[in-house]
Amino acid sequence: MKSNWWKILSVVLLVYTIIAGLLTGVPRLNIVNETIRALYFHVPMWFGMVVLFLTSAIYAIRHLRNPSFKNDLYSVEFANAGIVYGILGIVTGMIWANYAWGSPWHGDPKQTGAAIALLVYLAYFVLRSSVSNQEQGARLSAAYNIFAFVAMVPLIFIIPRMTSSMHPGNGGNPGFNTYDLDSRMRLVFYPAVIGWILLGVWITTLRIRIKMAEEKINQIEDEKTH
Amino acid sequence: MLLELIRKEFKLELRRKSVVAGLGLYLFSMVFISYLAFALKQNLITPLVWSALFWISILFTAINSVAKSFIGEKRGMDIYYYTIASPVDFLLSKILYNFFLCLIMALTGYFLFTLFLNDPIENKLIFIATLALASGGFAASLTLLSGIASKANNSNILMAVLSFPVVISILLMAIKLTKNCIDGLDNDANYEPLLTLFAINCLVTAVSYLLFPFIWKS
Repeated sequence: MKSNWWKILSVVLLVYTIIAGLLTGVPRLNIVNETIRALYFHVPMWFGMVVLFLTSAIYAIRHLRNPSFKNDLYSVEFANAGIVYGILGIVTGMIWANYAWGSPWHGDPKQTGAAIALLVYLAYFVLRSSVSNQEQGARLSAAYNIFAFVAMVPLIFIIPRMTSSMHPGNGGNPGFNTYDLDSRMRLVFYPAVIGWILLGVWITTLRIRIKMAEEKINQIEDEKTH
Repeated sequence: MLLELIRKEFKLELRRKSVVAGLGLYLFSMVFISYLAFALKQNLITPLVWSALFWISILFTAINSVAKSFIGEKRGMDIYYYTIASPVDFLLSKILYNFFLCLIMALTGYFLFTLFLNDPIENKLIFIATLALASGGFAASLTLLSGIASKANNSNILMAVLSFPVVISILLMAIKLTKNCIDGLDNDANYEPLLTLFAINCLVTAVSYLLFPFIWKS
């Protein structure tokens, strides 16, 4: 991921998403109306969050198999970016719900599921900060990361499908994956998903580089004092 | 080895009767507070309130009873166990023992609830099965988390923080099943959620089994 083409691609796709997402035609559906454009900004947040958390869990597995500063750092920073995406997803969802459902928080299964997923990763950071031995903390939090990710799977992917929900795409409500996501919307939606995911990865790599540089500075200062 | 370890857990528990007595009293207090708050002066207990109170009591009791499995251990004991037993045997013995403990607590809780509040459960058989599966799920997930939390500084707070989000999926399925039992739905309708709960248990147990050796090393 050293090369730059994917960063340029991300910017191009996102500029395209914003322009085309706000200007192109969308199908006119009951209740949803123009707010269907949230599909280009809200739904990619969840795709991005799941990808970032998955990457974080993969680096956690790598850390357990082969403990190193780098694997731990990657795992933490991907989780960090995932949390940002999760919060953005909830906030954009609440803005949308304010217009479509009448109030920002509706106690919908999807909303509660998302909130719980965020709680898991906030607990992950509490765990990290409360273990004094850094190496041990890294290992314990890697274990918790994997465990939490697995425990989150039924919460996000299985239980919401078993309960009724007002969320578009559930229980006969119009939305993603049904007849109404017509080809015009697909043309914007898929690029949007890819663009947002790439942006998340980009943010993460920047944070990783900052941390690596800080670590290097610390090492050099340590050598000076000794 | 596994049997030896389970025997050891039971022996230790019977030797320190105060711990079990404390847990029993904890459960009793929770039920009694629910009774005072909801049923004494005016009867606010609808079946749904009953199931919410019941599962909150069981959840807190389970967290407290499982938390002590690692947090309560004396320093240095873990090094001793590490030398004589394999981590997997050790974890399984703890999970099985905690399963037993949680199940006893859940059944006691059910008995106390019928005594003080009432018993809205129509389909007893499925409800007992739900209790057993939920206890298994609690035991499997909380045992690993207790192992993680015991290594950190403020273990007791951390135990609660770490476990709530993880056990919520088990809890949601259990509450859904309880509602079915209250409505007296027959067994066919409950087959699928029971299976889902069982699948979640298997998932959680398998992951604990894989991850525990890494935690145990530190």
